[in-house]
Amino acid sequence: MPRTLFEKIWESHVVHEEPGEPALLYVDLHLVHEVTSPQAFDGLRLAGRRVRRPDRTLATMDHNVPTDGGPVTDPLARAQLEALARNCSDFGVPIYATGSGREGIVHVIGPELGLTQPGMTIVCGDSHASTHGAFGALAFPIGTSEVEHVLATQCLPQRKPKTMKIEITGRLRLGITPKDVILGTIGRLGVSGGVGHLIEYAGEVVRGLSMEGRMTICNMSIEAGARAGMIAPDDTTFAYMEGRPAAPRGSAREQALDRWRALASDEGAVYERVVEIDVDGLQPQVTWGTTPGMVVPVDGRVPDPSDFDDVDEQAAAARALEYMALEPGTPIADIRIDRVFIGSCTNSRIEDLRLAAAVLDGKKVNPRVRVLVVPGSATVKRQAEEEGLDRIFKEAGCEWREAGCSMCLGMNPDVLMPGERCASTSNRNFEGRQGRGGRTHLVSPPMAAAAAVAGHFVDVRELDPIGA
Amino acid sequence: MKAFRSLTGRVAVLDRSDVDTDQIVAKQALGRIDRTGFGQFLFYDWRFDFDGTPRPEFELNNPAFAGARILLAGRNFGCGSSREHAPWALQDYGFDVVIAPSFGDIFRSNCGKIGLVTIELDAAEVKRLMELVDLDRGSDMEVDLEAKTITDPRGRVIPFEYDEATRHRLLNGLDEIGLALQHEDEIAAYEASHPGPVATTAIR
Ligand code: SF4
Repeated sequence: MPRTLFEKIWESHVVHEEPGEPALLYVDLHLVHEVTSPQAFDGLRLAGRRVRRPDRTLATMDHNVPTDGGPVTDPLARAQLEALARNCSDFGVPIYATGSGREGIVHVIGPELGLTQPGMTIVCGDSHASTHGAFGALAFPIGTSEVEHVLATQCLPQRKPKTMKIEITGRLRLGITPKDVILGTIGRLGVSGGVGHLIEYAGEVVRGLSMEGRMTICNMSIEAGARAGMIAPDDTTFAYMEGRPAAPRGSAREQALDRWRALASDEGAVYERVVEIDVDGLQPQVTWGTTPGMVVPVDGRVPDPSDFDDVDEQAAAARALEYMALEPGTPIADIRIDRVFIGSCTNSRIEDLRLAAAVLDGKKVNPRVRVLVVPGSATVKRQAEEEGLDRIFKEAGCEWREAGCSMCLGMNPDVLMPGERCASTSNRNFEGRQGRGGRTHLVSPPMAAAAAVAGHFVDVRELDPIGA
Repeated sequence: MKAFRSLTGRVAVLDRSDVDTDQIVAKQALGRIDRTGFGQFLFYDWRFDFDGTPRPEFELNNPAFAGARILLAGRNFGCGSSREHAPWALQDYGFDVVIAPSFGDIFRSNCGKIGLVTIELDAAEVKRLMELVDLDRGSDMEVDLEAKTITDPRGRVIPFEYDEATRHRLLNGLDEIGLALQHEDEIAAYEASHPGPVATTAIR
């Protein structure tokens, strides 16, 4: 029987199975951060349990660290960071704390250290664990009870999700990024279009993407409601892995390559759903509302609630417009912004920073706009500085920050003020996501950079026909 | 986890679709390292003004919903993040049951871990239940997980489906980790035959 990538990984990780019951699945790598783990470690203590495999567990500090290089002043954040450090030392879990030189957003450091590998099962108490699926891993988010479960047993009871193949075809136009592809895809599927499913992205467009682009796509699978997203590993994947600290070397690499090559879905493998997305005419995407599915091309307009067929959608659109303080019919290009955030596990890797810097090179940020550029990890930051990107950002008038989640979630000092409007390269535009009363528009890194210069949304290809 | 069999309680109505976990629990709650006290942060930005005064126009501030233990919600309730703080906040506020046409996947799974019962009903059925709730005096319903039925305010009995494994755990208040550790031999055998792709996460 031909099998999908997902089925191959699933079947090779089942530890115990009974009819009608969820399967007990082995977890190869468990990533931990400060926000969703303290109660899990406390649960272990209460029950007198240990961490079964500290050598398969890695912790980092990302969600609530300040990115201005200063001390942690918020007492809650400090208590949480201290709790993580204490828990890791009590239970023997390796940790990359702030200042270790390897810290960063959990979904950025796993791949860059070579810990994220094809064929693995990976979990993290953070929604965007799906990012790691870009390597052909089965990677999904878990809640705190499950964090405790994995710490104690290195396993997780799971029901098999349904599978959906998204075939991305056509040719990406110049200046169109993976972020536009995934925003456009979520716009098509809807924010609950993937519920109960695991998505495998395939097709010529995906094959042509770099690993970082693939990560951006898999990262936002969650925003379509899916359990996870994944992409079959290929030569692009294997080349990316080479020489990374935890990646196999020498003869181990040769053996790994044999295993990894066998992972791709077999010819004729069956998916419960197949969706085709043609990106031929895809324009840069901008969200207008309070879910990532509320998205239009930059040359479009804010929709009218009456444009939607379904009453629930009409009500949701009306509420979103009220929150976003937007009038139906407004051209997207007329929306003025106050802030720009370039960062988050969706778009904070070196390629993202290069694209943004290319737009900003030799230009000045609009004086009304405040721009934060936040590299995804200390490693990304060092590399960007070696390439001189930090200088471009600073000369344009952006703030160049330390690694962290920053303004993606408003849990650290980087927040929007009530009423402020932001062009953001992150993944969620929920009400208050970046700070209470803040208004978020999701875009790609070059589109965010272009908005920073113009002070409003603009098609980056018009602003900068060469740099894009 | 405490066992859940059945309950008769006050119903609250929140007729909005795609209510995400960022709305369900306010950020200031995410900084906590305790497992309790999350109820005060439930729907914080909707319940309260910037100065902390309750907003009377927000559904849950309706006095008829005071003490509610059952929440009737719109489709895709709990979409967004994996933060378990959202189910904790609902439970700590007093809810034991959420009924909606559909739920965010991880949210629903998280609820099942802590004994918060999530029931999926047909969208038309949820609308009908919402319409039956007396917004002035309040209404009660019964939820019976053992019989897998809801009794609406008029006494009509509505059956629902529920994941059997989760139901068994909830009815008996079983500790899932304890259940998994019954298979410790198999876990050890798996580990012995699968040395794993990465020697250790402690990279030098
Ligand atoms: S950057 Fe944002 S989405 Fe990514 S892990 Fe951090 S908070 Fe979560």
